Amino acid sequence: MSDAALPTVEEAVALGLTRDEYALVCTKLDRPPNQVELAMFSLLWSEHCAYKHSKKLLMTLPTEGPFVVMGPGENAGAVDVGNGLACAFKVESHNHPSAVEPFQGAATGVGGILRDIFAIGARPIAVLDSLRFGNPLTSERSRFLLDGAVSGIGHYGNSMGVPTVGGEVYFEEPYEQNCLVNAMALGLGETEKLVRSAAAGVGNVLVLYGASTGRDGIGGASVLASAELGELSEDKRPTVQVGDPFEESKLLECSLELLERGLIVALQDLGAAGLTSSASEMASKGEVGIDIDVATVPLREADMEPFEIMVSESQERMLCVVEPGKLAEVIALTDKWEVHGTAIGSVTDTGHMRIFRGEELVGDMSVAALVDDCPLYDLSPAAPTQQLYPAPAAVLGEDADAQEALLTLLASPNIASRRPLFEQYDSIVQSRTVRRPEEADAAVLQLPGGGGLGVSIDGNGRKVAADPYWGTIAVVLECASNLACVGAEPLGTTNNLNFGNPEKPHIAWQLTEAVRGLGAACRALDAPIVGGNVSLYNEGASGPIYPTPVIGMVGRLPDVERAGRLGFAQEGDAIALVGPFRPALPASELARLRGEALPDGLPELDILAVRSAQEAVRDAVREGLLSSAHDIAEGGLLVAVAESALAGSIGATVELGDADDAWTALFGEAPGGFVVSGHPAAIAQLAERVELDIIGAVGGERLHAQAAGAAVDVALADLREAHGALAQLFA
Amino acid sequence: MAGTLGSGVLMRVRVLVRPKAGILDPQGVAVEQALPALGFSGVTDVRIGRLIELEVDDASQVEEMCRKLLANPLVEDYEVQLLGEASGTAA
Amino acid sequence: MKFGVLQFPGSCDEADAQLAAGRVGEAVLLWHRDRDLAGCDAIIVPGGFSYGDYLRAGAIARFSPMMEEVIAFARDGGLVLGICNGFQVLCEAGLLPGALLQNTNRRFTSRQVHLEVVSPDTPFTRACAPGELLSVPAKHGSGRYYAPDDQLDAMEAAGQIVVRYAPGECFNGSARDIAGVCNEAGNVFGLMPHPEHAVDALTGSTDGLRIFESMALAAGGAHV
Repeated sequence: MSDAALPTVEEAVALGLTRDEYALVCTKLDRPPNQVELAMFSLLWSEHCAYKHSKKLLMTLPTEGPFVVMGPGENAGAVDVGNGLACAFKVESHNHPSAVEPFQGAATGVGGILRDIFAIGARPIAVLDSLRFGNPLTSERSRFLLDGAVSGIGHYGNSMGVPTVGGEVYFEEPYEQNCLVNAMALGLGETEKLVRSAAAGVGNVLVLYGASTGRDGIGGASVLASAELGELSEDKRPTVQVGDPFEESKLLECSLELLERGLIVALQDLGAAGLTSSASEMASKGEVGIDIDVATVPLREADMEPFEIMVSESQERMLCVVEPGKLAEVIALTDKWEVHGTAIGSVTDTGHMRIFRGEELVGDMSVAALVDDCPLYDLSPAAPTQQLYPAPAAVLGEDADAQEALLTLLASPNIASRRPLFEQYDSIVQSRTVRRPEEADAAVLQLPGGGGLGVSIDGNGRKVAADPYWGTIAVVLECASNLACVGAEPLGTTNNLNFGNPEKPHIAWQLTEAVRGLGAACRALDAPIVGGNVSLYNEGASGPIYPTPVIGMVGRLPDVERAGRLGFAQEGDAIALVGPFRPALPASELARLRGEALPDGLPELDILAVRSAQEAVRDAVREGLLSSAHDIAEGGLLVAVAESALAGSIGATVELGDADDAWTALFGEAPGGFVVSGHPAAIAQLAERVELDIIGAVGGERLHAQAAGAAVDVALADLREAHGALAQLFA
Repeated sequence: MAGTLGSGVLMRVRVLVRPKAGILDPQGVAVEQALPALGFSGVTDVRIGRLIELEVDDASQVEEMCRKLLANPLVEDYEVQLLGEASGTAA
Repeated sequence: MKFGVLQFPGSCDEADAQLAAGRVGEAVLLWHRDRDLAGCDAIIVPGGFSYGDYLRAGAIARFSPMMEEVIAFARDGGLVLGICNGFQVLCEAGLLPGALLQNTNRRFTSRQVHLEVVSPDTPFTRACAPGELLSVPAKHGSGRYYAPDDQLDAMEAAGQIVVRYAPGECFNGSARDIAGVCNEAGNVFGLMPHPEHAVDALTGSTDGLRIFESMALAAGGAHV
């Protein structure tokens, strides 16, 4: 190798390595790295690839359980769903790319998570998304980001023929500078046929197929995901990656057919850090070496340097390992699907990644040094001594009455109907969707053989900002409550931890406490973590985002014919408040509308009592006892009742009697509460098992509510108009 | 027509495709409505179409390409512009 | 009764169409590069984004080898149903009049709609009553049906307007609320909404089944 013009330590620092890390690279190589090697080390040792600030925390999470088929570390996790089938699922973020270009950022986020799913041999069956922006009513930029991200998600998922079946979106000031775009995907495959990504078989061939390689997103993973957005000047931002769902749909079909026909040994998608990351991971997991000849890689621009080829983040590419005798068949199949495969390298016994350009060796590194030897850092958590987040602007006056509060809550962008968003998504392709968006608290997908999956994705940055430990527990509980409402029990959990700069002690504290809460809740629910992602450095000029763990949960229900619905259905049904529900106003949506600052901490909870209420509701749904079941979330009890009335297009009368504080009873929030409806005899049956108050009855075309002097009496049509407030954002 | 069939010289050709007069163009309408909000007044009749650039060794075929594939004559008009010789040569 | 469902790169709803048609007969997939119609009695050109909808929806798929066979099959009187992207392909292929343009709301829109059966005596609607309303989902970005006014008048007179969106439900700006049309001979039918996604009460409605039942009736009469 030529030693000419070795990069300096300053160049290493510019690529994101610390001086100590650069020195460690020199020690590992026994010499300074050349340009190719430095580019590869700087990516694989970036926060995004090495999880160097979060790995020690993540190792505390529960990852084992009776249903876990594949845990963290593979492209996606997977759980056993019966009949020899496994459900693969994972959530991932594309926050910083979406803040730069929302349409392509969100679209390629969906593309990336779908590749993770089919890379393990599962056919993608659903997408869900979790979005956060600044206030859309006051910020044109937030509207632009929202519109672009929603269009991008729809564009990619719709074109791929994968239904987008659910999701969530919230609007809070701390996301104004740094939006969050998280996408979750589920796939279905035969458990026995799921494939891992470990390269194996010295002499086997590496085949790259899919799109050609260009200069897209060079430095994307390390630069974008490992620094605060505000620190990046325009010219430092990498080129935007452009997604091509048509290419990906061919890639999907080709990959599944390659696996079905048993033509490949291992499979890996190319995501962040491109070939560098994919090839190194495959080599590391297989404990082998890999040689790559960059001169064989099909390029979009002929003059690309070897380091550019190795770090390009061009989308819609896959890498597989093939026995030499099957190479011709593999290439023929990639030609059938028009995703032309090329042999670009081979598996070796050297334990090294060796990069060639033709005959010339242009990089040579031990795989272990690249993948395993990145230093892991201990965080220095310290609870903040003052409130990190300013109080929001007040929207609701002090003198507003309960009816005005209800209508303002229903029209709040955080609660209003998501119809204008989800109508841009195909939610029914593949003929599995039993519950579409806003028909139930969780999406329900039927499985071959009668059963089904319930799936939900949830987050609540404001609650986690108020109390990272109990706030995170509340999010996990809400996810499981959503599953309970359709009759599903949790099988496994995925998570995306969206936080600020972990090198700051108060962010480190948020992250540490949130992961502690996540572990506690998942343990208590027997819903182990099977995979996930971490997105740090989410800060803008005005400060960090709310700490936002986004939780995705997959559950199973035995009989989809009895999947729960959220809408009231039957005149004369009793309405009951179920569960150990202890509502509180601090950190609620009402508190936000009133302009109140975040509290310092949330009330403690009895997690197991919430779990047993979830089980009672779940069993009642499974037995067909209930006409409707709905988890109480943002906006509290009365908003939940209004949502059930709107979903069923039938009114209700509720009476909360002599509650101590009418506003807390009507609008307070806490985990563990459900609004259910059913025949009075069925409700009486449920009351034998769980804390339950009958609070009213279904019927009419109005919502009447009364609590200690506060009264609401409003026509469904007026509720619906308030609830439709988001339509104006998409006019 | 400057077609040079089989001469080995590539022509650079540009095809402009736009919605026919009278066909509603929702993208054009959206842009027309957005411009005044940004302070650009007096803008009317915005039409959004496609620009296709090709290098061909027989430019006389481009009209037929337009009729068969590049445009839908029922709803789109097209215009062929010959830009001159391309820098490369035909294979 | 044997249905053939075309599959292009980028097709999305071919498996759904196969499942739906499979409820009233046999249904097989036909690969776009092949030329063998496999003895099918009726052809379905399914929804999706064939060739990524690049250039124009349906414009590239229309030139595939299998489509050439389908065009010949249709000219011989064979039953051809185009759904969503398939409707766009059939218009591009000249088997159906008109064209499908971008929705006036400029967005991909997915919504359950009601279809009014305007012509109940086609091979695709003979199991329906006149004026019957079918609850069927629609989901597309380019579904605005267009044809010149004089042609629309002629089509109305000839009974070629097969289904319309119920009043107030046409979200894409289609001329005269048209959701689906047939050719003059009546053996080729295209519509934007998705009857194949309305064949099971569990996942929505069963009204779409009527289209497939009609085709089975028609093919039975023709072939048995």
